Amino acid sequence: MATSYDHEDAVGYDDIGGRQEQQPDQGYDPNFVPDSVKTFVVHLYRHIREKNVYEIHQMYEGSFQKLSDRMFKESPWPSVDAVAPYVDNDHVFCLLYREMWFRHLYARLSPTLRQRIDSWDNYCSLFQVVLHGVVNMQLPNQWLWDMVDEFVYQFQSFCQYRAKMKNKTEQEIALLRQYDQAWNVYGVLNYLQALVEKSMIIQILEQEKEGLEQFTATDGYDYSGGSNVLKVLGYFSMVGLLRVHCLLGDYHTGLKCLLPIDISQSGVYTSVIGSHITTIYHYGFANLMLRRYVDAIREFNKILLYIYKTKNYHQKSPQYEQILKKNEQMYALLAICLSLCPQVKLVEENVNSQLREKYGEKMIRMQRYDEEAYSLYDELFSYACPKFITPSAPIYEEPLVNYNQDAYRLQLKLFLYEVKQQQLLSGVRTFLKLYSTISIGKLATYMEVDEPTLRTILMTYKHKTHAVGSDGKIISNADVDFYINDDMLHVVESKSAKRYGDYFMRQIVKLEEIINDMDRVKLE
Amino acid sequence: MGREREVPKQPASYTVEQLVAVNPYNPDILPDLENHVNEQVSLQTYSLDTNLCLLRLYQFEPERMSTQIVARILVKALMAMPAPDFSLCLFLIPERVQMEEQFKTLVVLSHYLETARFRQFWDEAAKNRHILEVVPGFEQAIQEYAIHVLSLTYQKVPRPVLAEAINIEGLSLDKFLEHQVAECGWALEKGHGRGQLIVLPRNEFNQPELKKNTADRIPLEHITRIFPILG
Repeated sequence: MATSYDHEDAVGYDDIGGRQEQQPDQGYDPNFVPDSVKTFVVHLYRHIREKNVYEIHQMYEGSFQKLSDRMFKESPWPSVDAVAPYVDNDHVFCLLYREMWFRHLYARLSPTLRQRIDSWDNYCSLFQVVLHGVVNMQLPNQWLWDMVDEFVYQFQSFCQYRAKMKNKTEQEIALLRQYDQAWNVYGVLNYLQALVEKSMIIQILEQEKEGLEQFTATDGYDYSGGSNVLKVLGYFSMVGLLRVHCLLGDYHTGLKCLLPIDISQSGVYTSVIGSHITTIYHYGFANLMLRRYVDAIREFNKILLYIYKTKNYHQKSPQYEQILKKNEQMYALLAICLSLCPQVKLVEENVNSQLREKYGEKMIRMQRYDEEAYSLYDELFSYACPKFITPSAPIYEEPLVNYNQDAYRLQLKLFLYEVKQQQLLSGVRTFLKLYSTISIGKLATYMEVDEPTLRTILMTYKHKTHAVGSDGKIISNADVDFYINDDMLHVVESKSAKRYGDYFMRQIVKLEEIINDMDRVKLE
Repeated sequence: MGREREVPKQPASYTVEQLVAVNPYNPDILPDLENHVNEQVSLQTYSLDTNLCLLRLYQFEPERMSTQIVARILVKALMAMPAPDFSLCLFLIPERVQMEEQFKTLVVLSHYLETARFRQFWDEAAKNRHILEVVPGFEQAIQEYAIHVLSLTYQKVPRPVLAEAINIEGLSLDKFLEHQVAECGWALEKGHGRGQLIVLPRNEFNQPELKKNTADRIPLEHITRIFPILG
């Protein structure tokens, strides 16, 4: 379990343990600016000043990656001081450049503690500038999402790094103590929260429902000369907060942070694939931990289908590997949800066949509830869970130990505890599917337990399949249900309610499209 | 940096809930939150959000943690069943703290409730009065949870099953039933031969016919999408 868990979240992010600090590349001169980089920053700077979102996006997604692949595969980009003269020493541009500089460093090399601290400082300066409203730019959603995403990632990475205390040098420890505010959990949460509040995004989304404001319709962009930066950063920060809270094991609060975003519809969060996946992955995971399996299954199903259909389209994207990794993890989480709550009819055909291919055999074994089944739950959970963190600093006065696995072990343990409590339910299910009525005595004999025990198992079944929703109402997640009248158990057939309404709606739209197409055809 | 947001000068009208809503990540409100836990205990109220906020602050600064307060939060969370609040709290409490005797006991109690083993639960609870007695209303809250699970499961429940679940017997049970019949729509029946049956109020979980057929409704917003076509 621990081995699979040890992998970093992002593919290509090397182990950030204490011993593998980056060795300065022999050939790297931070002050040397190749011509292609000169051209890159000059153009990017110009496009930003001209608010040409399309060109900014091209350079950000395309040129930056290409140059990185060609020239900076194993070394950092030129230092910000070296490029500053080419961009009028523009303060905000330099902050943006450094943000990309660090992101590239984190992705391709291993940051030193010093660099981690500097990157934190850079985020502070950048967010301060944004929060004080002096930014008058229009940046692509992809870039703004990447900022929030990377900010949370670097926080997570820092907590993991700090928790591995055993091999730290005295110098590192001194630095950690000196800069104890760097990546401090209060700081991280308060920046995200401040972005949400200052941007007024919650009010904007509220007003949009009443038609008083446009946000979703323009994908967050501002076409009347304003800036989209604060608004969209605030928007993505809600997803950032969901993720941080999940990393801390605070699922209830995480979901609360996401409430202003209506995930039953597409929105700005779906305009960037990375944000779409991060949102649903954490939403689903939090619901799984809250035992709201049906909610988790529904959303996993939707996004897995979406990825299935659009995978080829993203093949060239720099996020492709990350998409595939999260895709696999969400199949594992779906397998867990369906093993605890077999509502297979909620899963679309293509997703289901992918799921069977990947986990079909394991899912059968997970129904058995023996030692092997537990180890499978353990394996899938460990593979697919977020990279939990301990947010507090080590106690330097005590002998230094590694505590980077503590948070993960606790969440795993509590999850397996839940699995154990549900261990007899799959047996009940099997029998419920065979009978329409059966006496308690008979069922007890079949299940090889005494009557009082059977009654507790049946009540457990009811309790575990009836979740308490966010509004406090009881929601049934039961695939097969029953009720007991004295000594007789009556099984309630779950009629799968076909939703003809949606079907007809879709067909109406389709027919209209076909008719339009046919109208366009000119018969010669 | 980071802690730049200040606790607003507290006008007397500020509730702790509002305080948390404005300062979800402010370490300075920790004492207010601790007081609020004690208030919930004495006034028999409950606020999951402020309790989670406090556990979060403890998680950020473990040296400030009061295990006595944590224990009270957990007892309160047990009383909130069937909601999963107890697990929500445990997710935030470091494992080494959970190793303490009183927390182990609470985890066992929660386990019995989660698996509807009420007899074991009441036995165990009786042995640990010192932890539970501090919080008034505990017994009654658990009885309400037991009745909730019974109502999900049974249309008619045999008297001994009910007695065991709510830990009331004999004359006290008669009195309890009398009250429930008068106030909560319960009814009593004679079982075939052996003792009494209690008819629990009908709900959509023990009476599937009551389940509203909401499956095939289309919200107006969806219809509006095809307006242009219909027009």
